[in-house]
Amino acid sequence: MSAVATGAPLLSAAVREAIAAEVTKYPQPRSALLIALHLIQGELGYVPLQAQREVAELLGIKPIEVREVVTFYPMYHEHSVGKRNIQVCVNIACALGGARHVVRGLEDRLGIAPGGRTPDGRYSLEEVQCLGSCGTAVCVQVNNEPYIENVKADGPDAANAIDELLKRIG
Amino acid sequence: MPERYLLPPDGTDLRSIDAYRKQGGYAAATRALREMTPEAVVEVVRESGLRGRGGAGFTTGQKWSFMPKPGGPKPSYLACNADESEPGTFKDRQIMERNPHLFLEGLVIGGYAIHARAAYVYIRGEYITAFRVLSDAIREARAAGLLGKGLFGSDREFDIHLMRGAGAYICGEETGMIESAEGRKGQPRKRPPFPAVSGLWSCPTTVNNVETVSHVPAIIMRGAAWFKTIGTPASTGNTLFGISGHVNRPGVYELPLGTPLREIIEVHAGGVRGGRALKAIIPGGVSMPVLSAAQADVAMDHDSLKQVGSLLGTGGIVVMDDTACMVRAAVVIARFFRHETCGQCTQCREGTSWLYKLLRRIEAGEGTLEDLRTIDSVGGYMEGQTICALSDAAAWAATGFLRRFRAEFEAHVHERRCPLPESFEP
Ligand SMILES: Cc1cc2nc3c(=O)[nH]c(=O)nc-3n(C[C@H](O)[C@H](O)[C@H](O)COP(=O)(O)O)c2cc1C
Ligand code: SF4
Ligand code: FES
Repeated sequence: MSAVATGAPLLSAAVREAIAAEVTKYPQPRSALLIALHLIQGELGYVPLQAQREVAELLGIKPIEVREVVTFYPMYHEHSVGKRNIQVCVNIACALGGARHVVRGLEDRLGIAPGGRTPDGRYSLEEVQCLGSCGTAVCVQVNNEPYIENVKADGPDAANAIDELLKRIG
Repeated sequence: MPERYLLPPDGTDLRSIDAYRKQGGYAAATRALREMTPEAVVEVVRESGLRGRGGAGFTTGQKWSFMPKPGGPKPSYLACNADESEPGTFKDRQIMERNPHLFLEGLVIGGYAIHARAAYVYIRGEYITAFRVLSDAIREARAAGLLGKGLFGSDREFDIHLMRGAGAYICGEETGMIESAEGRKGQPRKRPPFPAVSGLWSCPTTVNNVETVSHVPAIIMRGAAWFKTIGTPASTGNTLFGISGHVNRPGVYELPLGTPLREIIEVHAGGVRGGRALKAIIPGGVSMPVLSAAQADVAMDHDSLKQVGSLLGTGGIVVMDDTACMVRAAVVIARFFRHETCGQCTQCREGTSWLYKLLRRIEAGEGTLEDLRTIDSVGGYMEGQTICALSDAAAWAATGFLRRFRAEFEAHVHERRCPLPESFEP
C-alpha cells in the first residue's frame, strides 16, 4: 500500500456524498465502513487499493484497517471480477437440489473454474455458501442483484437450462 | 390451518404502510407507547414465554430485563440480527420482504421496552431485496411520524437504521455482529462483558433476531395468556419453519411450536419428492445434529428435540431422501464451517479443517476406520472451549452424521467408494 495516490480521486462525488450521509447514522464514523465498501463496489465493480485509501481518509481510519475488512468478507473483491459475477450456492439444500450440475454446466459453457474469469472479462464464477433461499434451490446471485431461484441443470435438458440461465444473467 | 400473525394472509400485500395500517398495523406500538410503561412491556413479553428465534432460544423478556434503567452514562441500543446465514434457514427474509412494517413495529416496541435510543438492523449483504423493502418502509414510517423525534406523539426519540453485512456467516453470532457493525472483521468477543453491559460502541445492547421482535406486536395486542395457548408450555407461540431439500413443497410455514416434524414434512411440505423414502432430517439449520427417519415423529419444540439428541435451532428443516449419501451431506456441511471459521481459536480453526479433510477422504473411498475414530476425537476437542459456538456446531454436525449413520460411513471405508449411486454430489 505504498504507492502515493496520484491524480484524480477514484471515488465519485456521488459515492462520497452517499458515504457522508451514512456516517451521520452512527456515533463512530467507521461503522459506515461496510456499507461504504458496498457503495464503492457497486460503482467500480471491486475495491482497489486506491479506493481503500480514499475511504480510510473519509472515515478517519488507517488504510490497513480498511484492507483487513475488505479481505475478511467474502462479498468484497480487491481485484476486478467479471462484469457478471455469477455466484452459485453449493450449500446443503442447493447441493441436494443439484448445485453441482449447475456449477459444472457453467464451467463447461464458460470454460472457467470457480474463482476464474472469462478472457473477455464478461463473466466470473464463484461457489458461495447458503444464500438464505434454500426453499427455492438452486439459488444463484449475480453481482449484488436479486436472486435467480429454482435453477435446475440436470437431466437431458441440461445444456438448454444453462443457455436459459445465461440469458437471464445477461 | 392454524391462525397466522407473522406472515400476511395469502394474496394480501402488506408492504405499504397504508395496507399494513388498514388491517390494524401499528395499533400495538400505539398502545405500548401511549398506555404502557416500558417495564409493563417487558413484563408481558416475559409472561408470554417468548423465546428467541435466532437459534439459542433464550427467553426474550428476561434478556430485556438485563438492560439498565434510563439515566445512565451511556445510551442503550437494540441491535437486530438480520444476518440469517445458518444453512437451511430462510425465514427472516420472508418477514422482511413481505411484512416489513410488522418487523419495524416490533423494533419500535422492543426499543421502547429497553429504553433504546435507536435500533440498528444488521442485514446480510446478499439480501438486497429485503434491504430495499425495509428502506422504503422506514421512509414511510418516518413520514407518518412513527419513527424519529416525537414518534407516536410521544416526547421520545427513536429511529431505525439499516446496516449491511458482506457474506461472513460468523457475523450472525451476536458479538461478531457487533464487531462488524463497528466496521471491523467479524471476530466474536470474549464474554463477559455481555452485550447488555457493553455491546455496540461499548454501550448496553440487546441483540434480537428479526422473527423474535416480530412476535411482539401480537403479544401486546392479544396478551400473554393468548400467546401461551399456542405451542407447548416451554415453547410458546407460532414459529416460521423453513423446509427445504427433498420435499414436494419446500417453503416457509408459520405453525405452532411443537408441531410434529412428520406433519410438517407430509402435510405442509407435501411429502418426500417422487414418493421416495425419508432418510434423514436436519431439524434446525446445519448446526444442529441430524435425525434419522425413525425420529421423524418428534415434536418441533425445544424440549422434545433435546430429548432426541438434537436442538430446535432456527427451525430450518432440511429433508433428505434415500438417494442421499450421508457422508456427502457431512462433507458439504464441514466445507461450510471450514470456510466460515473466523480463525481466532485454534481448536476451531484447525478442527474445522481436519473434519473436512477426513470426511472428504472417506467420501472419496480412501478413508480408514481409524479416520472415523479421529472424527469423534477431533469433535471432542472442539466442543465447549472456544470463544463462540461455531466450533461446537461444526463438531456436532460431523459427529452427528457419523453417530446416526455409522454403517454408511463404514461402508464407504470397506467398499472404497460411495455405495449410493444415485446420490447428489457435494
Ligand atoms: C455461529 C453463529 C451464527 C449465528 N447466526 C445467527 C443469525 O444469522 N441470525 C440470528 O438471529 N442469530 C444467529 N446466531 C445467534 C445469535 O448469536 C444470538 O443468539 C441471537 O441473534 C439472539 O437473538 P434472539 O434471542 O432473538 O434469538 C448465531 C450464533 C452463532 C454461534
Ligand atoms: S469458535 Fe471459531 S468462529 Fe468462534 S471465535 Fe473461535 S475461531 Fe472464531
Ligand atoms: S443452501 Fe443454497 S440457499 Fe440455502
